[in-house]
Amino acid sequence: MVPEPVRVLRKQQELETTWTLELEPGGAGGRPFLPGQFNMLYIFGVGEVPISLSGDAGLTETLIHTVRAVGPVSNKLAALKPMDTVGLRGPFGIGWPMTAGEGADLLIVAGGLGLAPLRPAIYHVLRHRERYGRVILLYGTRSPDDILYAGQLEEWSKRPDVEVHITVDHAGGDWPGKIGVVPSLVPALDFDPEDTVAMVCGPEIMMRFTVNALRDAGVEDESIYLSMERNMKCALGHCGHCQFGSTFVCKDGPVLSFNRLRGLLSLKEF
Amino acid sequence: MKNIAQIVCEHPFFHGLDGEFCDLVCGCARNVRFNPGEYLFHEGGDADYLYLVRYGQVALEIAVPGKPSVRFQTLHDGDLVGVSWILPPYHWAYDARAITLTRAIAMDAHCLRKKCDDDPVLGYDVMKRLLPILTSRLHATQMQILDVYGTPEQPE
Repeated sequence: MVPEPVRVLRKQQELETTWTLELEPGGAGGRPFLPGQFNMLYIFGVGEVPISLSGDAGLTETLIHTVRAVGPVSNKLAALKPMDTVGLRGPFGIGWPMTAGEGADLLIVAGGLGLAPLRPAIYHVLRHRERYGRVILLYGTRSPDDILYAGQLEEWSKRPDVEVHITVDHAGGDWPGKIGVVPSLVPALDFDPEDTVAMVCGPEIMMRFTVNALRDAGVEDESIYLSMERNMKCALGHCGHCQFGSTFVCKDGPVLSFNRLRGLLSLKEF
Repeated sequence: MKNIAQIVCEHPFFHGLDGEFCDLVCGCARNVRFNPGEYLFHEGGDADYLYLVRYGQVALEIAVPGKPSVRFQTLHDGDLVGVSWILPPYHWAYDARAITLTRAIAMDAHCLRKKCDDDPVLGYDVMKRLLPILTSRLHATQMQILDVYGTPEQPE
């Protein structure tokens, strides 16, 4: 429960209000993690927030988190400089179904900053490419200026073994790509829904529309995985802040099969 | 070379249409092409055609006073461009412009509406094909209006 002070090694601005922090891992044996897990980052005297790990789990020298400055804690995190200190607890939670997805085609659907928690899964797939079938990445965001990891998306799109489709909600006349919401990319895909595992992360409304599109296309509920964002506080399943029905998002998730979420997603009580 | 009937009935919008109906609607169809930058139609104009994209990319745009137009959707191979042809008083609600060389089937809206009116079975079939497209575009519009990427959902 006690945050360990770790140093910021590097910092890079990604978007207008979004930065990527590289932290020293701390801990005696480094801090190994699984794609989809998160850490609790603590600004001393301000507060603590859950931030997904967004780096390569195969590289243990640093921990990478992409942070959007939206509140008091994340604004302070975004203002950190190299050699500043931040409190760290983690990693926590259940990550993406990297083993269950082996042998299947993968359909990775990310919206906005939701690409950050999915990036470790993409790194893992590319590192073990032979274990997976087709890999399709759908990415949607607000506008061309809001495309996260744009350079990396371009690199991945050049690979012959990854299919990358990017769309934005709206754009000016200089954008040559697709315009429309990310769920609308699903019906146009030529894929085998019965042999596909879908991993989805983004704003919850985007995920709900995406799940509908996936189910309409024939993807089974148990093959759809969502990374849920809830108000995680203790990250240990004790405090109940992130309780979602009978599920504690911090402990049982944040990645959950749609089987467990069906009927809960649209309830405003949660 | 395919004739217009084959092209129309192989398009996803009319795919699986009864053969007799297919012959009927083909009488309203002709092949068209648009060069990059060329407009299919302008906001406020008469919605005299619907376009079935065979291949290419078309952007739907809204003019913003004093600013460049905003594009809110692109349509691609197999998509339908324009739904105002079925909604009185049949005026386009936005601009549509080809982004790449676009080949399409232009269906004469007067002709198609008349055939749908004359044969309600055909009309019902066309409406069943149109409604899912309208619904998915409505859902897309809801997501865009909600600006789901714009504001965080959870307080810190």
